[in-house]
Amino acid sequence: MNQDGFEITVDGRPVPVRPGQSIGAALHAAGIRSWRRTRFGARPRGLFCGIGVCFDCLLSVNGAPEQRACLVEARPGDSVSTS
Amino acid sequence: MTGTMTGNMTGYDLLVVGGGPAGVAGALTAARAGLRVALLDAGPRLGGQYFRHLPGATDGKLHHGLDRFLRQSDALHASADVLLGHRVWTITRDPAGFTVQALAGEREEEPVALRGAAVLIATGAHDRPLPFPGWDLPGVLTPGGAQALLKGHGVAAGRRVVVAGTGPFLLPVAAGLARAGVKVAAVLEASGGLGLARHPVLAAAKAGEAAGYAATLVRHRVPYRTRSAVVRAHGDDEVTHVTVARLDRDWRVRSTETVECDTVAVGYGFLPQIELATQLGCASANDADGSPILTVDQEQRTSVPGVYAAGEPAGVGGAALAEIEGRIAGHAVAGLAVPEHLLLRRTRLRSFARALQEAYPVRPGWQDWLAADTLVCRCEEVPLSAVREAQELGATDARSIKLLARPGMGWCQGRMCGYAVSCLAGEAPQAPRRPVAQPITLGSLERISDDQPR
Repeated sequence: MNQDGFEITVDGRPVPVRPGQSIGAALHAAGIRSWRRTRFGARPRGLFCGIGVCFDCLLSVNGAPEQRACLVEARPGDSVSTS
Repeated sequence: MTGTMTGNMTGYDLLVVGGGPAGVAGALTAARAGLRVALLDAGPRLGGQYFRHLPGATDGKLHHGLDRFLRQSDALHASADVLLGHRVWTITRDPAGFTVQALAGEREEEPVALRGAAVLIATGAHDRPLPFPGWDLPGVLTPGGAQALLKGHGVAAGRRVVVAGTGPFLLPVAAGLARAGVKVAAVLEASGGLGLARHPVLAAAKAGEAAGYAATLVRHRVPYRTRSAVVRAHGDDEVTHVTVARLDRDWRVRSTETVECDTVAVGYGFLPQIELATQLGCASANDADGSPILTVDQEQRTSVPGVYAAGEPAGVGGAALAEIEGRIAGHAVAGLAVPEHLLLRRTRLRSFARALQEAYPVRPGWQDWLAADTLVCRCEEVPLSAVREAQELGATDARSIKLLARPGMGWCQGRMCGYAVSCLAGEAPQAPRRPVAQPITLGSLERISDDQPR
């Protein structure tokens, strides 16, 4: 399947995506491996289980909060914000 | 289909939860026997964790048997209702059958309910982590997470990776990374005293597959060490290096050294996802690896009439066993005699799976790797010291520890820390009690109670 890649924006910065990739995978591939701070210890978090079980990789997609980055498949033009 | 019933008045003959090897085989077998079948899976494509792939990908090197699975998937799409992007959050039972409640759409969350006369639980498993200092640093992933990135998304987890933990799954993860051009600094197997050449997998039925992984590791000069583990990950915002320990047979630290890496893929076996079934009242037991699994009979029936289980929920055993169990369950649901060769093959694969579980036990010495401030529960940020305080206050079992110190009360509902907390409490891991298997908004719950025909 020869589909062209596309871009999403992460905190305003463009990140390339291969069709079918999750937002978390695209971030990881772009070298962004930490995108959330924990409530109590402000510890950095990114992907851990990678399959939707651990909820470490939460971020906002087009304003919708608490999305699992490892599960949500990126769509062209998605605007992602990290906290 | 907002909150309404899908299917006709009487619903389906069989509802299958999970679209990996077990679910697809079970659904296809039942559909070919003439049953009306619906299969639900949370993912965007069939395949589950084992047959993860990007759309259009058929790289046979990464995916043993993927072509065959994709043919089965095509046949299933033609003969059953395949509902992808459907996260099942509960199953209820009444005298007329079962209702499977799901949320459709990965972002939109449309409540969907399906009726069925029987249910096949084919929900797979996830990695079983053990906590250690620094295990919550970005760059520390589970082996399943690293594999999902590579196979499902075409992304290498890192540039210089340490693969660690226990069990045969470490081999394909390390080999896949090495083939993708990643520097695998080491594969650290906590169990065994045997080197790669005497790896138990090589001595058994999957010898061909395992030999391929072993050859890949040798070709890429990847060091494979037994009785070794990552006991601490270091770094500020990401992992930069790890402390690697030589272990004794009980996994107590004998000596340590520092290894530089930007990524760790670490896991200690698998935990089957059985909560949908245990909420229905299905009986469970602890498998040889300590994980709670569903109890099934010769034809994959659980203790609750009409509920079947296949694949990892009936005991961790890999994709080949999962497919056989799915086919057996499909025959049983359809009321067909199960062919003898399927039963024989299941017996062989199960005894192999059991031998592997016994070859890779989790030993208690890992508890000494933890410091007082090491997080046991990542979600609620509960350190070991809080668990120990709860125990001093009289919490003698995992459930009391959870109520006092909150490990397992966060987003993941104990999926990541539950096994460790049970071990710290000195008890066998309990079957999960999670009435809601997926996060659901109050708005969706409201719509379900408003819309649903009674």
